[in-house]
Amino acid sequence: MSSLLSDLINLDVSGCTDKIIAEYVWIGGSGMDLRSKARTLPGVVSDPSKLPKWNYDGSSTNQAPGDNSEVILYPQAIYKDPFRRGNNILVMCDSYTPQGEPLPTNKRYNATKVFSHSDVVAEEPWFGIEQEYTLLQKHVNWPLGWPIGGFPPPQGPYYCGTGADKAFGRDIVDAHYKACLYAGINISGINGEVMPGQWEFQVGPTVGISAGDQVWMARYLLERITEMAGVIVSFDPKPVSGDWNGAGAHTNYSTKSMRNEGGYEVIKKAIEKLEKRHVEHIAAYGEGNERRLTGKHETADIKNFKWGVANRGASVRVGRDTEREKKGYFEDRRPSSNMDPYVVTSMIAETTIVWKP
Amino acid sequence: MALLSDLINLDLTDATPKIIAEYIWIGGSGMDLRSKARTLPGPVNDPKKLPKWNYDGSSTGQAPGEDSEVILYPQAIFKDPFRRGNNILVMCDAYTPAGEPIPTNKRCAAAKIFSNPDVEKEVPWYGIEQEYTLLQKDINWPLGWPQGGFPGPQKAFGRDIVDAHYKACLYAGVNISGINGEVMPGQWEFQVGPAVGISAGDELWVARYILERITEINGVVVSFDPKPIPYKRGCIQFNMLFGQGDWNGAGAHTNYSTKSMREEGGYEVIKKAIEKMGLRHKEHIAAYGEGNERRLTGRHETADINTFLWGVANRGASIRVGRDTEKEGKGYFEDRRPASNMDPYVVTSMIAETTILWNKS
Repeated sequence: MSSLLSDLINLDVSGCTDKIIAEYVWIGGSGMDLRSKARTLPGVVSDPSKLPKWNYDGSSTNQAPGDNSEVILYPQAIYKDPFRRGNNILVMCDSYTPQGEPLPTNKRYNATKVFSHSDVVAEEPWFGIEQEYTLLQKHVNWPLGWPIGGFPPPQGPYYCGTGADKAFGRDIVDAHYKACLYAGINISGINGEVMPGQWEFQVGPTVGISAGDQVWMARYLLERITEMAGVIVSFDPKPVSGDWNGAGAHTNYSTKSMRNEGGYEVIKKAIEKLEKRHVEHIAAYGEGNERRLTGKHETADIKNFKWGVANRGASVRVGRDTEREKKGYFEDRRPSSNMDPYVVTSMIAETTIVWKP
Repeated sequence: MALLSDLINLDLTDATPKIIAEYIWIGGSGMDLRSKARTLPGPVNDPKKLPKWNYDGSSTGQAPGEDSEVILYPQAIFKDPFRRGNNILVMCDAYTPAGEPIPTNKRCAAAKIFSNPDVEKEVPWYGIEQEYTLLQKDINWPLGWPQGGFPGPQKAFGRDIVDAHYKACLYAGVNISGINGEVMPGQWEFQVGPAVGISAGDELWVARYILERITEINGVVVSFDPKPIPYKRGCIQFNMLFGQGDWNGAGAHTNYSTKSMREEGGYEVIKKAIEKMGLRHKEHIAAYGEGNERRLTGRHETADINTFLWGVANRGASIRVGRDTEKEGKGYFEDRRPASNMDPYVVTSMIAETTILWNKS
């Protein structure tokens, strides 16, 4: 890229105009495809309720018929734009018909209903989501750093590894970490994963509906950054079959009661409820998960519900410090990397707080 | 990719008080470095104020899958030369949830030796000369060499890596004292020191980590093998070029002194210390790095692995004493036996233990 082009991209216009650029981001018809477009606003905005609603062509994203194609965007959360910087913003939105009904693909709407239930509000549910993903070489869709048509040496050296023969794509990962911090996403860490070319970032702790907003926006930033790098990001739960780890989105969870004295008993009761609704949760935990949850590669088999302390082969894992302190949180290891965080977070809250067996 | 590096180089100090801390530890082989990062609410200067963390020991050969948590204890903070700002690197060691050091944790035992009051009193200083070889990715042949062949008249391969490493270490706060190109093209050396006690091990491991991160950026592989290219049996050309077919290995010569050695009458203390080292030659050699027998052949500036030999200005010795130490009657000595893949926690603490604590009886 020529330096003149990047000079323009990096122009700080706050000296010559009050106007700002707002990039509206939404989820398209497949439930995993992120879409966005930008508009100019007359000045700085920090409150999403002060942003104008907008609309887009739903017939181009499989979300509306051609003869009635307007889908309305409701702005829900604002983040600082790490690409345009200055006073420019990213806006996480959800989609409605012109009559004000949420589209079928709008999972945020139901999630907010769950999170506004008075029992759920009282319990202040916290989430920490460990988003795994795989970087693929463009055109061939084979993992980054792998020989084309072949395989690297077996898993072992890659988890948290360093070196040109073990870590593939770190510049993307590091750029993403800083971009998320800049944007105001509560990114709590990153690490290289067991399969080479696979990485993980964690978002949290976040409260209620914010978990979903932040994970979706973090995914958007990741896709924009891989676009710059000429690399593809995949959220497929088992991108390479065979003796290679899959990709998950382990969801750590706690409520006020779990974090306070006596919390361990509350945790155990909550896990019992999750066990009773195992089939319903699995159905909502991501497409293709049966290729990942095999009972091998640090997963529990998709048909079985099993929990344990420090057990990475379980459906739900409780950390040793939670066991020792008799309060804390637990980790639902079942969601796959392509799960919808609005669905998963609200379902866990609903099952553990609202649902009665 | 200008835009990607704009993001990597973002200075977040105005955007947020949060910092990124990269926790570093040694994996199951005893030589594989691992790291992962976490966000902290603000800058931290004292390792005791950093939270303990944990990692999946079943993925590094350090714990079984059903009980996989290994706990990281932060031990030393360095500035992060890659993320800069207030971001940090944290050298850690690994423990079971019950608080026991795991078997591959060599730092714990070393720290015990260095806190022994007799050792503390002697303020042991270390200067470690870390040699290493740069290899081309995928084929693992030295950098700058044509595949399966020999280098041309150019002599310096990989200087950009070496120079980047030098500045990165200075930035980080590692006490790097120098660098030089080594006898074999593609092989280099850096020196860390003088460092006191346990700090020598911490600084050398962080310097190795920074080196591996820099070679990763450059698409080159770093090897700490003590004899990275073997003698090629039956290969006449190869062997003719290098005399007997040997060529220089890679070591980690460890220079050492105590307070008594640095003061008047120090030379006698040095001679007594070397005597004790000679009596424990086998024990030291066993702890001085895997594969060292391929390097310590008695040729190419080494002493044979089975022989203990010391001398002034003698590079063919196990231990060498410098001419200035001999002349001034005080100073330090150089243990030339450790291999490039030695664990500095083990070597530094063992030298202190043998020379200060161990009794001949």
